[in-house]
Amino acid sequence: MFVQQLMNGLILGSTYALIALGYTMVYGIIELINFAHGEIYMFGAFVGLILVTVLKVPFFLAFLLAMAASALLGITIEYLAYRPLRRSSRLAALISAIGASIFLSNLALLIMGSTPYNFPTPFEAKVYETPFFIISRVEILVLLSSLLLMIALTLIVQKTKIGKAMRAVAQDKDTASLMGININKIVTITFAIGSALGGAAGVMVGIYFRTVTPTMGLMPGLKGFVAAVVGGIGNIPGAMLGGILLGIAEVLGAAYISSQYRDAVAFALLILVLLLKPSGLLGKPVQEKV
Amino acid sequence: MLRVENVSTGYDNIRVLHQISLTVGEGEIVTLIGSNGVGKTTTLKTISGLLKPTEGKIYFNNRDISQLPPHEIVELGISHVPEGRNVFPRLTVKENLEMGAYTRKDKVEIKKDYARIMELFPQLAQRQKQVAGTLSGGEQQMLAIGRALMSRPRLLLLDEPSMGLAPLVVTSIFEIIKDINRQGTPILLVEQNAQIALRTAHRGYVMETGRIVMSDSARALLQNDRVRKTYLGE
Repeated sequence: MFVQQLMNGLILGSTYALIALGYTMVYGIIELINFAHGEIYMFGAFVGLILVTVLKVPFFLAFLLAMAASALLGITIEYLAYRPLRRSSRLAALISAIGASIFLSNLALLIMGSTPYNFPTPFEAKVYETPFFIISRVEILVLLSSLLLMIALTLIVQKTKIGKAMRAVAQDKDTASLMGININKIVTITFAIGSALGGAAGVMVGIYFRTVTPTMGLMPGLKGFVAAVVGGIGNIPGAMLGGILLGIAEVLGAAYISSQYRDAVAFALLILVLLLKPSGLLGKPVQEKV
Repeated sequence: MLRVENVSTGYDNIRVLHQISLTVGEGEIVTLIGSNGVGKTTTLKTISGLLKPTEGKIYFNNRDISQLPPHEIVELGISHVPEGRNVFPRLTVKENLEMGAYTRKDKVEIKKDYARIMELFPQLAQRQKQVAGTLSGGEQQMLAIGRALMSRPRLLLLDEPSMGLAPLVVTSIFEIIKDINRQGTPILLVEQNAQIALRTAHRGYVMETGRIVMSDSARALLQNDRVRKTYLGE
């Protein structure tokens, strides 16, 4: 039973981790909490849904296209809502982010209506039993794709020239531009990658919980943000760890305390981590420059 | 090859540079000396595009670069080693050097330059996989200079390479600076340590409160009474 709960927590947590990565990557580069990220996740789910149900696109292709569409949306939001405010106060950009979030979820409500849509399972439901837990095909798919995406991201950030440039920009923008790095291009790429991961999470949650709604971005968006802060905002392995911990804590909380307190567990975890280690689990302590 | 003509720059509404003009020719080391806060760093930042001049023009090989963004100026061949070294602290030594070659595509030649820099700075060669934030001050300065060389600059801007370093380390850094110049790279050197700067350079400019007040050969400036009193502490 306990192992089963851990397994469920891991699956849920891996989707939180994907969402958290978008927050943390963007924060790492421009120190902005992209509050529209939850809506990018919702958008990804809808694009996947429409491709699969209306246009009858095969699931895996729809999955990739939804990621690409989410990347485009992320780039557009950055270009319209954040870039003009790059040199203004952080509060202005934050307000713009909240505005973008409200705008997008209401736009989705307007177009799609408030009735939840049913996301068809891409293949026949099949459940595998092991001595310790049971797991469905969809769950395996969610777990494996999250894992693959996280490995791919790590490789990009650690090994490629673009990834190294992203880290350089995160550490020191002026010096990075003195290397010949085009900062705006790196910001665009960061939004693209982070949003693609968010969109992927949207599709996966869509097939996992089988419903898609215009307001579905709100809670997971907040949870992804919490996961990013728990892991240490700006820290990529931190976001992965934070997401998985949050998923497990939530499932265990729901199973052993009360399922009504499911969401409260996430925020309790946030408060606990902020009290004990304000910079997050893997975050570096902030040092004031002397 | 570099011509700065009547350039003024400011932060917000405070003017820091007042119509300064200077040139750097092929093969030269030119130094800009002056006390703390007179605008030496601002001058370099304006040349490399981190700040935009509010008036005046900057020409590099007869091309007007006054309004170009920094990453395009790097591509034209100006490499700036900023004050306080500013290596990327959480990238390794090797990754820092790779960032120096960011604008280049010639992988084979980049490898050769990398090997050359390892020869130039043997201390860095032993620490290639170490993150740069853990290096000593002198090593970070070497890394910052090595990183700038990785772009194969046609002009090198150095901001206070002696800052915060032990005298012995300063001597060895300046030996390397002379070496780099002998191999053909012109250098614009900003220094508070006027002594070593004038000994290293061919020509010098003296800056006071945002203006250039004197310019001459380095040898003549070393002999100049006012320079000796104010900047050489004699």
